[in-house]
Amino acid sequence: MIVTFLSGAIRLSATFLYGSTGEIITEKAGHLNLGIPGVMSVGAAAGCLSVYYLLKAKIYSSLLLILLPFLTTIVAGGLMGLLYSFLTVSLRANQNVTGLALTTLGVGLAGYLMNRVKAEIMIIGKASQFYSTLFSIDSDNWFVQIFLSHGILVYLAIIIAIVAQVILNRTRLGLHLRAVGESPATADAAGINVTGYKYVATIVGSAIAALGGLFTIMDYMGGNWEYILEGFGWLSIALVIFTLWRPALSIFGSIIFGGLYIAAGYINGITFAQIELIKLLPYAMTIVVLIATSILGSKKAQPPASLGLNYFREER
Amino acid sequence: MNTTKKTREPLFHLIKRTNVPMWQAWLVRGVTVLAAFLLIGLMSFISLKINPFKVYSYMIKGAFGDSYRIMRLLRDLAILLLFALAVTPAFKMKFWNIGAEGQVLMGAYACMFCIFNLGGKINDTLLIFISLAAALVAGSIWAVIPALFKAKWNTNETLFTLMMNYVAIQIILYTIKIWVPGGTGVLTPTVYGNLPKIAGDNFWLSIIAALVMTAIMFVYLRFSKHGYEITVVGESENTARYIGINVKKVIIRTLLLSGLICGITGFLLVAGINHTVSSTTAGGRGFTAILVSWLAKFNPIFMIFTSFLVVFLAKGTDEVMTMSGITNSFFSQVVTGVMFLMIIGCEFFINYRVVFSRHIKKATVVAAVPVTEESAAAETLEAPVNDTQADASEKEDNV
Repeated sequence: MIVTFLSGAIRLSATFLYGSTGEIITEKAGHLNLGIPGVMSVGAAAGCLSVYYLLKAKIYSSLLLILLPFLTTIVAGGLMGLLYSFLTVSLRANQNVTGLALTTLGVGLAGYLMNRVKAEIMIIGKASQFYSTLFSIDSDNWFVQIFLSHGILVYLAIIIAIVAQVILNRTRLGLHLRAVGESPATADAAGINVTGYKYVATIVGSAIAALGGLFTIMDYMGGNWEYILEGFGWLSIALVIFTLWRPALSIFGSIIFGGLYIAAGYINGITFAQIELIKLLPYAMTIVVLIATSILGSKKAQPPASLGLNYFREER
Repeated sequence: MNTTKKTREPLFHLIKRTNVPMWQAWLVRGVTVLAAFLLIGLMSFISLKINPFKVYSYMIKGAFGDSYRIMRLLRDLAILLLFALAVTPAFKMKFWNIGAEGQVLMGAYACMFCIFNLGGKINDTLLIFISLAAALVAGSIWAVIPALFKAKWNTNETLFTLMMNYVAIQIILYTIKIWVPGGTGVLTPTVYGNLPKIAGDNFWLSIIAALVMTAIMFVYLRFSKHGYEITVVGESENTARYIGINVKKVIIRTLLLSGLICGITGFLLVAGINHTVSSTTAGGRGFTAILVSWLAKFNPIFMIFTSFLVVFLAKGTDEVMTMSGITNSFFSQVVTGVMFLMIIGCEFFINYRVVFSRHIKKATVVAAVPVTEESAAAETLEAPVNDTQADASEKEDNV
């Protein structure tokens, strides 16, 4: 049972990992994107709709059924990121307000679009097996079951998190990005294209987060649309704080969050009420981490210094 | 100056506007709202194939169609206004409290907790007062905790209050499952501790409360010493410290006020309207209120209009949907999102003006100053004083 539990935790962790990696990249550029729940919803809806229209056109190529939703999700997420960065970077709108409006729009849009094709939604389930079985190894070995029995999107989430960690901390690109998030005026004076970095970071971050939505629906939910992405989006934002803005730590953090989310099903004699208390834990732990880091004041564990503040060059 | 030729001229640059006349700012916002309504009509037309003019008549019918609908509109307006009033003082201080959702939920929870445990055992009037007190305490605890940490250790309040929302939601889900074991997870409305009806309707009390609170908040922010201190802390914490304001005290006191209003809102939602509590009692209004308050520039009187806009949109699009045979509120969320994003975007044209480089060059030729970005910017700023020609050419291109 412990094997299936760990396997399940790792599987669900991909949702939070995509979301938090995307949000970390965005926040490293100094932008707090509270629109992540909306981005994930729209991304998932775009992916599902592309599957829906492929199947409606009677195209059953497995390559297309994997690639097209993947691409539409990235594009849809990127577009949401573009909207957010246009408003906050170019038009210098308040980030909190813009993010919340984006969540309202995104969750509504996804719900509305998916609701319109609701009757035929079940057929998407058929396509979802491509996501959950490709690269998945079926075996009785406990190691394989825990680590290698997942769909392609789970591995991709971990790869993206590692790549993001390396780029952020080991490359010039990452150094520049962090500089933009810490002190845009300094970065600007050093000749870094602040606007460019902010745009690219937000768009790439949103595209990655959107994949979390696609994974949740196409793999975790087996192709059944459920209105659970908003909650998962907020949990992803919590995970960013919980893992101190480090994608590599997020891999483990997301497994903890995933484990807590599914834990109820693996505890004998647990009451429905206690399940809710377990679901409270991710948020409570995040608050504890947030408080602890601010009290300790360790410089390496702080949010980017200009997080939430827009940069206007001519402001003194 | 050979070197200046090599530097790339940006196509345009931005100048922050100061002293924009109020009528001009509201004209821009008004035009944006109209444009958003046009877009919403277009969207309904494209996705639902309804005649755009019919869309608007449905919307008006959905909001004001009969006395029942008007009462619902007023009730929702009052509740949203209360949420917005709760977040406003903190926002004015640049304390990004996005936890009104949780604070109201805790107020509602505490109120229901008293009613559930004491209902029928004590005098009903006494129960109302006890549950009001409990709601006030719970709401303010939920708001003051992040404020304490912000004041003492500068803990990020946006993230803290966001998390507190979900802690509140989970606490409510937990308690309801204990109160309603093995059942549907829905707490049936209680008969105890209900606020008295006025003129046959139990909404009036909330509406009156919202109006009174709006007036109090307007006076508090505009004319009281506390309001002044909030404004100064919001503008610049260093200035506040310099003139002897105890910033920590102001932060905690202001959040206490936010929490108290949230407590009252939660109390009204339970004792006045729903008579029960669930994780969706606040219904996302804690987030919507942030937009409402911000759109009104933190002015309580303007918030009546911005809340009205939001509630009207929700009621109106719900009617449009019902007419098209769709019974969910997703489209109204989309419409609200579009409206918000457009208004958020339009603020840019109130706060900044775009100056195209073509005219900067012209200006600098007249002034005979080498063209670098900084000097050009300085030039345009000084232009009204020493160079009327440059000033005139700029004004033509203001966007």
